[in-house]
Amino acid sequence: MPSRSTLHPSDAPSAPSHHHATNPRAAAARIALVGNPNTGKTTLFNALTGFRRHVANYPGVTVEVAHGTITGTSVELLDLPGSYSLAANSPDEAVLLDALCGRIPGQPPPDAILAIVDASVLPRNLYLLSQVLEIGLPVVIALNMIDVAQSRGVAIDAPELSHRLGVPVVPVVATDPRTLPPLIDLLRAALPGQRTAASGPELPADLTRLRAALPAAPNPAIALRVLLDRDGAAPRAYLAAGGSRAALDAARRQLDDQHIDVAAEVRARYAWIGRLLDGVVTRPPQPVTTWTARLDWLLTHRVWGALVLALVLFVLFQSIFRWSQPLMDFISDRLMGSLAALATVALPEGAVRSLLVDGLIAGVGGVLVFLPQIMILFGLIAILEDSGYIARAAFMVDRIMRAAGLSGRSFIPLLSSFACAVPAIMGARVIADRRDRIVTILIAPFMSCSARLPVYVLMTSAFIPDRYFLGGWIGLRGLVMMGMYLIGVVVAIPVAWLLKKTVLAGPPPGFVLELPTYKLPRLRAVWQRMSHAGAHFISRAGTVILAVSIAVWALAYFPRSATTEQRVRATAVAAGWDESRTDAALQAEFARHSFLGRIGRALEPAIRPIGWDWRIGAAIVASFPAREVVVSSLGTIFSLGHDADEADLRGALAAATWSDSGRPLFTVSSALALMVFFALCAQCASTLVMIGRETGNWLWPVASFSFMTAVAYVAALLTAVIARGLGCDG
Amino acid sequence: MSLLNAPTARRMRVTAVRSRNAASFRLMEMGLIEGAEVTVLRRAPLGDPMHVRVGDSELSLRNADAESIDVAPF
Ligand SMILES: Nc1nc2c(ncn2[C@@H]2O[C@H](COP(=O)(O)OP(=O)(O)O)[C@@H](O)[C@H]2O)c(=O)[nH]1
Repeated sequence: MPSRSTLHPSDAPSAPSHHHATNPRAAAARIALVGNPNTGKTTLFNALTGFRRHVANYPGVTVEVAHGTITGTSVELLDLPGSYSLAANSPDEAVLLDALCGRIPGQPPPDAILAIVDASVLPRNLYLLSQVLEIGLPVVIALNMIDVAQSRGVAIDAPELSHRLGVPVVPVVATDPRTLPPLIDLLRAALPGQRTAASGPELPADLTRLRAALPAAPNPAIALRVLLDRDGAAPRAYLAAGGSRAALDAARRQLDDQHIDVAAEVRARYAWIGRLLDGVVTRPPQPVTTWTARLDWLLTHRVWGALVLALVLFVLFQSIFRWSQPLMDFISDRLMGSLAALATVALPEGAVRSLLVDGLIAGVGGVLVFLPQIMILFGLIAILEDSGYIARAAFMVDRIMRAAGLSGRSFIPLLSSFACAVPAIMGARVIADRRDRIVTILIAPFMSCSARLPVYVLMTSAFIPDRYFLGGWIGLRGLVMMGMYLIGVVVAIPVAWLLKKTVLAGPPPGFVLELPTYKLPRLRAVWQRMSHAGAHFISRAGTVILAVSIAVWALAYFPRSATTEQRVRATAVAAGWDESRTDAALQAEFARHSFLGRIGRALEPAIRPIGWDWRIGAAIVASFPAREVVVSSLGTIFSLGHDADEADLRGALAAATWSDSGRPLFTVSSALALMVFFALCAQCASTLVMIGRETGNWLWPVASFSFMTAVAYVAALLTAVIARGLGCDG
Repeated sequence: MSLLNAPTARRMRVTAVRSRNAASFRLMEMGLIEGAEVTVLRRAPLGDPMHVRVGDSELSLRNADAESIDVAPF
């Protein structure tokens, strides 16, 4: 076909190929692992590197790029994000092409590409491969899932495929290490020079001509994306780097005249794939009924599927909400508790001891306590993902999630957020679309997490009357608790919707989801995900959370004047108080004069209309590191000693009065308002740090905190006013 | 006929993909192009999205996207 140009890898003159042929450190070759999602890419990476996976932090890149060394060699393997195509809408999707072309700051391009393709879905996998070949780097193909293809009666002539492509094709089963040595030998051997000419897809001649003519495009693969991806990341990057808008517009006009768009590219590539595979793939005359088909009948069934989903969600929720409890108790009570007790005994009373016990140990405990939930959630997500079930769950609930402008992918992270927003925000990585992921991350903290429960329980049991309706079936306290769980959802839906319409507006990503064949998850891979999630949390969020805890401790501790102490002691002697009563009064007085107390008093004019005085304000501010801290802060401020229990606290709160009028401080309306405030506020440093880390932009947590605090304040005020208006305070 | 109205479990051939948005490009890249064989396997419990087999792979797409794909009996 003379009117079309034939493209093959060596048509990419400016591509960064071969440069380690002259590299004296040729031993340290870097190979990029590339493939569609669900092809077994992670499994192959782990098998080749012996599960030693290091996550690289690229500036501005929020998707995970891991690297490791291929066992027995000095070859470094890069695990790039799975993708169906080099076309990219978001910066996250663009990482693949950028990494392959050496466009990530500080990262040289790889020396070669290991392309993994799924033998059981070969044509679709070759789509990405056809694009990857055009980058011009040496390529080795790992033909994975040979066992799955065989079980379907599909045979693939790998030598013939290799011959036609001009690159090595090695059949493997990533889950079976015995199949890997030939691949490792090939990767260890010198890679350059293995490329032989292979004919690529015949793209429309005009497209090939225009992309070759596009000024300042780093290479043909990038030029193609700049031309074709109209709203994509590549043209944005091209223009940002000083590419010519006039030249781009002119080229695109010509393409428009010829009706050349992504569809033309797709057609050309699939036509090539069809020719390439003709005679290479042999299929059985009758398709084999697969296990996946049988399981899908059950698992996506209207009734049975819904039941299984409910069961899965129940287990998921129970495990993070309840089953993690013993571990969490162990960490906070046994581990941190005994450390604190030790420090209390070993050190004299004073600032150092307080810093150690109330600042450092409490802060470290506050970080570690999240580990069980994070690891359990990631273990379950790993099982759901590796088995292929998570895609079915997303399929089932997609319609529901659309109410908030999201997709089925957001369901599991949001549900887990009812246990704790921190693992949920990390779990939002299962959402491929960047905007959907950020919206999910931002609304996750509105779900009532387990840290709100102590506040709800304290306030409900102390101030909501224990009344029953409908013959004892419905209790008022239960209703109030349920209301607190509902309010977050009710607020989250319009917030998500608004975000998708404004700051995170964009073309709808569509909800195209692959439903991969079911696989049995492998224990080692699951454990790897769990331990990585834990380590990631500690290393990326731990220090910030600790710093915040210590800062808030300092606000609550300082300043302490000797005159305050003398005054309280004098009162105590005059009134004949015992030591613990004196100590409690002293702590309360210190709290009043601390920075935190001053902040509380400064806040009082704003919170008085809700029915709160400075003490409640100070307790709220003190709970910034974590919501549940509000309970112990209230304890300190309302002069309870260290060993007071919750009943004492309820009593103290009920007895508290306004200093000017002597009326009770806590009423039904002010208690309800406090619960509503905690249901909606962002008093959780860990969540905010996680939002910053996972979105890669610290403006998000700032915006999130400001917005949630404003919403919480307004909602608390409305609650108090309405409750008073309805005569709830009696 | 649009893929949206295609009968379940019947092999169909894609005759045209009418829309040109991100979702339809992604569907095309995943193999839903003119000439491809497609079978509707089922619809989600709430009627949307739908589960189809395209060539060797199975995917889920929303009714809104299925609407702009024309199919004819195989
Ligand atoms: N039968 C079979 N299963 C595999 C093979 N390679 C990977 N798997 C399984 O496929 C699932 C997905 O693999 P994973 O490596 O997570 O895929 P990724 O999404 O491409 O990273 C896991 O349950 C693996 O155990 C293979 O060659 N044969």
